[in-house]
Amino acid sequence: MIEQEKLIAICPGATFAENSQWPTMLISNTDWRALAEQLKNNSEFNFDYLFCVTALDAKTHLTMIYHLESTTSRNILVVKAKIENRMNAEIPTVCDLWRTAEFHEREAFDLMGVKFLNHPDLRRLFLTDDWVGFPLRKDYDDPINMIKL
Amino acid sequence: MFTEVGTTELGDLIINVGPQHPSTHGVLHLVITLNGETVKKVEPHLGYIHRSIEKMCESLTYRQFIYVTSRMDYLSSHINNHGCALVVEKGLQIEVPERAQYIRVLLDELTRLASHQLWWGAMAMDVGAITPFFHAFREREMINDIMEQTCGARLTMNFIVPGGCMYDIHPDFVHRTKEFILFFKSKLCEYDEMVTNNIIFKNRMQNVGFISREDAISYGCSGPVARASGVSCDIRKLYPYEVYSKVEFTEAIEMAGDCYARYQVRMKEMNESMRIIDQLIDNIPEGEFQAKTKAVLKLPKGDYYSRVETARGDFGVFVMSEGGTTPYRIKFRSPGFSNLSALHHMVKGNKIGDMVAIMGSLDLVIPDIDR
Repeated sequence: MIEQEKLIAICPGATFAENSQWPTMLISNTDWRALAEQLKNNSEFNFDYLFCVTALDAKTHLTMIYHLESTTSRNILVVKAKIENRMNAEIPTVCDLWRTAEFHEREAFDLMGVKFLNHPDLRRLFLTDDWVGFPLRKDYDDPINMIKL
Repeated sequence: MFTEVGTTELGDLIINVGPQHPSTHGVLHLVITLNGETVKKVEPHLGYIHRSIEKMCESLTYRQFIYVTSRMDYLSSHINNHGCALVVEKGLQIEVPERAQYIRVLLDELTRLASHQLWWGAMAMDVGAITPFFHAFREREMINDIMEQTCGARLTMNFIVPGGCMYDIHPDFVHRTKEFILFFKSKLCEYDEMVTNNIIFKNRMQNVGFISREDAISYGCSGPVARASGVSCDIRKLYPYEVYSKVEFTEAIEMAGDCYARYQVRMKEMNESMRIIDQLIDNIPEGEFQAKTKAVLKLPKGDYYSRVETARGDFGVFVMSEGGTTPYRIKFRSPGFSNLSALHHMVKGNKIGDMVAIMGSLDLVIPDIDR
């Protein structure tokens, strides 16, 4: 298990969720880049495997959820980065730290409209370039291409 | 989005492979930059079979959403269903009867065998051998028949419900599965004689499409692709679910990291799958095949994540619940999506003919990637 104090030391603004399956850090989007660099490069943590990236629309704000695993110690850490500005959602990219993030971030940009700062190739991944809106957002409504059941 | 076929001023040729092309095994569109015959860049264009399954699941109940996932990775549909059922059972703390656990794992392994058989046939066909495809399909047909008899469907089984299985197994299931395993053990030796030890095949596969251990982890590769680079990542071993903790099997790991290593990992996995079936098939306990559950399922507020090992790797289901009858947000972590992101890294610098071999060794299923 990773100790909470060590995580607080590298990211003082973080809080921890209770009753979660894995240790879950709640941070703000501005803290994410510095924390990610520590989690990846600090040998104490060595979170080298980013296995899931989820974008979540919580109606008042957006959240990026990163599931990280260390292939050496087999620790799992979940980081939830809150993005307050829904209209202009921005968060730094981590695709130079974990290469898999490049596609995952493009997917989040495509379907949830999160802009990843310094991403080398931020384009829509599944939908066409001229698509209007972000389908996975809760307020998205498209009467022509119905996805509601 | 579409790049015109033509040369740039540097003398590079840009060509489109797919979305309708036999070597892409589905509607995958690749834009390839070539210098002579050497690939400089591969850029996948996705979305030709994107159905927005994640959004669809937000309006389906916890009983219904399981079956949509059969249409993602249709070759491991039973294992996808399994992962979804596990996440619902985790949220509601449902105890699955032991008989159901045995049946589920048995069907998981049969699904894995069928998937690897299809891959084996397609892999050999990708590098120019037509005959193995028919051998693979002959054996795969037997698994499909067993599935049809027990589940009522050959490919999208939809046999799992939260808390167990939909029905009990067919009385002939045990007998027919044993018969098949006996038959397939002799056939697997034939596979080795026909393809594995074939010098032409080896020359096409060895030292092609190399990916190092570090890169495999960084690209988020899982399943046979990562295990061929020496990454231990079998969810069945690391985080055993259901009866996987009770059976003995070895995680297939190769160190070479090339196409041939990925081929060998899957061949070993077929043997291991048969070993697991051998241990379970005679010991299916008597009892209920389904736990008693409420008619309407409501997951308590919170988020849940479950991981299973499909034929392609680490399949994850993330469910966020607000306490209602439908999920608030569902995310599927599909193994093929991450494996595909490593394609450019593996292909660059290789010849265009080798690209087909590399894609075959990745075992891509496009609906799984596009979701």
